[in-house]
Amino acid sequence: MSGFNKVVSTYQEAMAGLSDDMTIIAGGFGLCGIPEGLTREIKEMGVKGLTIVSNNCGVDDFGLGILLKDRQIKKMVSSYVGENAEFERQYLSGELEVDLTPQGTLAEKMRAGGAGIPAFYTATGVGTPVAEGKEVKQFNGRDYILEESITGDFAIVKAWKADKIGNLVYRDTAMNFNPMAATAGKITVVEVEEIVEVGELNPNEIHTPGIYVNRIIQGTFEKRIEKLTLAKN
Amino acid sequence: MSLNRDQIAMRVAQELKDGYYVNLGIGIPTLVANYVPEDIDVMLQSENGLLGIGPYPTEEQVDADMINAGKETVTAALGASIFSSAESFAMIRGGHVDLTVLGAFEVDQNGNIASYMIPGKLVKGMGGAMDLVAGAENIIVTMTHADKRDNSKLLESCSLPLTGVGCVKKIVTNLAVLEVKNGAFHLLERAPGVSVEEIQQKTAGKLVVPDHVPEMSF
Repeated sequence: MSGFNKVVSTYQEAMAGLSDDMTIIAGGFGLCGIPEGLTREIKEMGVKGLTIVSNNCGVDDFGLGILLKDRQIKKMVSSYVGENAEFERQYLSGELEVDLTPQGTLAEKMRAGGAGIPAFYTATGVGTPVAEGKEVKQFNGRDYILEESITGDFAIVKAWKADKIGNLVYRDTAMNFNPMAATAGKITVVEVEEIVEVGELNPNEIHTPGIYVNRIIQGTFEKRIEKLTLAKN
Repeated sequence: MSLNRDQIAMRVAQELKDGYYVNLGIGIPTLVANYVPEDIDVMLQSENGLLGIGPYPTEEQVDADMINAGKETVTAALGASIFSSAESFAMIRGGHVDLTVLGAFEVDQNGNIASYMIPGKLVKGMGGAMDLVAGAENIIVTMTHADKRDNSKLLESCSLPLTGVGCVKKIVTNLAVLEVKNGAFHLLERAPGVSVEEIQQKTAGKLVVPDHVPEMSF
């Protein structure tokens, strides 16, 4: 099985091959289910000109937001951004390009990209700024726009558990964009809370089959909470 | 008296039906969850991948892996399911969600909605709103009837960039409940103590007023 053992022991190995101007697809929703250590490694590598496809861009000092300070990101493809001051500054000054994409379209772009589907029609965004420059086609009397799928040079993913051959299980809403991101990278790197032996995961309960995964690293996670909201009394 | 945020949410909650799957947007729509009638069951969908949003957690229950689309910590309700963003939007785009409630800056008499972008101001993004309005059969918009300068938000034609076209069927404001059909707003109910004249005055788009406009009841 050695050919299938995808576990690496350092973040340098995990992100080896990443270089300037590449596209990275990242899992996560807000700060939930984000590959914290892989993001830190990208910062330390100092690569620049990155295009990052991710629903959000973290906050100033955590998540993808840490890549903003040294201007490592050229373009963000996201549905909702601007939770951090530096992002806002770079966005408004035109230093950072932002392609605002509806959340469902973004998820489907990743899913389709990973599934070898180059484009798809959707009703989302018809008649809005999102539709500008896109082909419109009618099906059953309703307008749809053509959206192109996305693939990345790398995908960075956070999962709960992986076995050594890359079968993944996510936990709670930390799943979010991670399963689609995992399929859409030429090199998919997964940071997990726990690595288990092959056979320990129930095949019926695997969310992402190992075929999509190239590298696995055991991470440690802060799991910062963006909006702590408690039950009253 | 014009309604406060909670009263708007209470009125929207009257539109819920037993067995509905419902997506609630951020702001006033989120408050609707507090007023679900006791004799019905609804499942709340959160577009980050949770069907069956439970109450906010106690300190002991707080889990960073368990959030709603507003990024607030939540719990899972009995019978909840958890899934990916693609699955979540398959539910939304496939028309499987029975009711979507969301806020807006403007709505017009043709059911167009503008809710995510004010040119010249920072654009944070549409999140899932464009998918929700394109996918749902049944959309209720909650908002104040007019802005702080008394400019109507119920227009002949939206002035801001659109989130969706021809999709809004019903609006609950601080002054009224209105239906959008046949290129006009149709006044269904008024807030207690609010006159038809005030609603007419604050509705810039075409407004159809029946002979009798009942007050909302709570």
